[in-house]
Amino acid sequence: MSETPKKILDIKNLDISFKTNAGIVHAIRGVSLDLCKGETVAVVGESGSGKSVTMKAAMGLLDSNAIINSGEILYTYTDKDGNEVTTDLLKLSRKELRRDFNGQRIAMVFQDPMTSLDPTMTIGKQIMEGMFLHKHMEKEAARKRAIELLDLVGIPEAEKRFKNYPHQLSGGMRQRVVIAIALSADPDILICDEPTTALDVTIQARILELIMDIQKKMKLSVIYITHDLGVVAKVADYVNVMYAGKIVEVGNVNEIFYEPKHPYTWGLLSSMPDLDTDDERLYSIPGSPPNLLHEPKGDAFAARNQFAMAIDEKAEPPMFQISCTHFAATWLLHPDAPKVEMPPELKTRIERAQKEVAKIL
Amino acid sequence: MSEPLLKVENLKQHFRISRSYTVKAVNGVSFEIYPGETYGLVGESGSGKTTIGRSIIRLYNPTEGRILFDGMDITGRLEGKTRETLRENMQMIFQDPMASLNPRKKVSDIIGEGLDIHHRYQSREDRAEQISAMLRKVGLSPEHASRYPHQFSGGQRQRVGIARALIMNPKLIIADECISALDVSIQAQVVNLMKDIQEETSCAYLFIAHDLSMVKYISDRIGVLHLGYLVEAGTKEEIFSNPVHPYTKSLLSAIPHPNPEVEKRRKSIAYDYASSGIDYAKGTEHTVGGTHTVLATDEEFEKWTNQR
Repeated sequence: MSETPKKILDIKNLDISFKTNAGIVHAIRGVSLDLCKGETVAVVGESGSGKSVTMKAAMGLLDSNAIINSGEILYTYTDKDGNEVTTDLLKLSRKELRRDFNGQRIAMVFQDPMTSLDPTMTIGKQIMEGMFLHKHMEKEAARKRAIELLDLVGIPEAEKRFKNYPHQLSGGMRQRVVIAIALSADPDILICDEPTTALDVTIQARILELIMDIQKKMKLSVIYITHDLGVVAKVADYVNVMYAGKIVEVGNVNEIFYEPKHPYTWGLLSSMPDLDTDDERLYSIPGSPPNLLHEPKGDAFAARNQFAMAIDEKAEPPMFQISCTHFAATWLLHPDAPKVEMPPELKTRIERAQKEVAKIL
Repeated sequence: MSEPLLKVENLKQHFRISRSYTVKAVNGVSFEIYPGETYGLVGESGSGKTTIGRSIIRLYNPTEGRILFDGMDITGRLEGKTRETLRENMQMIFQDPMASLNPRKKVSDIIGEGLDIHHRYQSREDRAEQISAMLRKVGLSPEHASRYPHQFSGGQRQRVGIARALIMNPKLIIADECISALDVSIQAQVVNLMKDIQEETSCAYLFIAHDLSMVKYISDRIGVLHLGYLVEAGTKEEIFSNPVHPYTKSLLSAIPHPNPEVEKRRKSIAYDYASSGIDYAKGTEHTVGGTHTVLATDEEFEKWTNQR
């Protein structure tokens, strides 16, 4: 890239705990992540790894039992007078967030389109709601804009659909409406929390292509939260792999898919079924994610890691730099560590993938 | 090949909603499952795959058609004895491990319920012994028997669901989207477990899913279902290397690949039944070769096979 793109969201060393009946759950343990203008960043991890919580913190949607121990979420935007302003979203009150940021500058698409729409309101009304609140639009103008948006998200006969209720639409159409609502106030950042998990594969592909299209048209920055690496491969520029409340590997999408360094990323990649092999068994990461009620000592992944070393039990690995964009937190990258190669099956798979790429180029 | 374990002939399942409106969920589906094999049923939501599973295990009364299980007709009114063999030899694993386990029962009672009903044990010790053996088989420990479902994670709960199905030593297990609700890495664990169990007990699976890549991993033969019609069927090699029906092609094109350079250039093939001009009701079964069949009219079949 010739010019360095502008950072618009910068999460620094975020640390969040939850107070529960069973004790304090340390859900986010120092997460740093940044998003530049017009880019797509994916956050990948198992359920319970803290990927949704991180994004909810940026939206001010954390539950009341959450305690933010440290960190900041810096958001840079241009205000009405054209000045560039940077604010820490964590320092704002919920009210300020609601008034000036949520929906207006940072919008979110939720996982389940069945539950994120109001069943008692027509979809047109739901799309206009945001425009009335944030943009103080006239009714006619809002109506026109809403129909434009329905058109944009690929709903045929937008004019007629405007008066439909959510139950009259299929799952894929409903998710399109949710996207239209998110776009209604022209946000800078779109956060998609597992936007396609509740949908079928065919519809999933279409929704993803739609989001990518809109992103180009509106110059949005998009954050995807997902556990599906296929989705990541399709949409992301940069990937953050999260495990037990920490980011364990960051890199651009090619680095993560063709030169993964962290054993957890190896495991995730290998456990994806591959259409081209006839392996009898699917690789699976042994064990299950740690319970963050008890703070893991050393590397949280050590217990499930076949390459774990003695030091993994004692100290948490720092982020090792591999290239200017690629970082991984594993002791295997320490200069004193024994040379460990990724599992051979994964290696052949990546080699095959690269051959496929060479064929197209 | 030997006699099929399950033979479904022209199964129709309609639901009458009101006098003027009937939902035709399944329209004349036929397929066979042989002992010890895995048959994968794929299709989008609303295509009738779950309905077929439920009709086979007789949670619904089939509207038309015949289902033969182990040579026994299990459609229509069931004799007491037929019902009993059916319930013992066919089991189901459900989609949502949260909703399919009774939260007020201990795991031992959930797994042991089949044993209780069919009097499959001599003494209390024998029952406990069978349950702990089953728990070990699915990768849980015998201490888990006295716990309640909420004390488990999603993957572990699905294991309990599998244990409940397996304890009757069934010949056929209907797995209805049993991995869809789980995380990727846990999915792999459960699928491997199911494969291991099949090797050990040589039970047959009817594997219902919408995730084609997982279906390819576990199945021997695959049926593609759309709007209640079985549009294409064959072995997994036949379906994946040589899809004929446009719907199958569209389904295959939608599978995401973990290869960013390829994935970013690829567009999925759209398929819209309403505008495609295909009428499933007019189609008949055509053989492409081997066991590979496709639902089409003569002209359509000509067109699709000549395209390649």
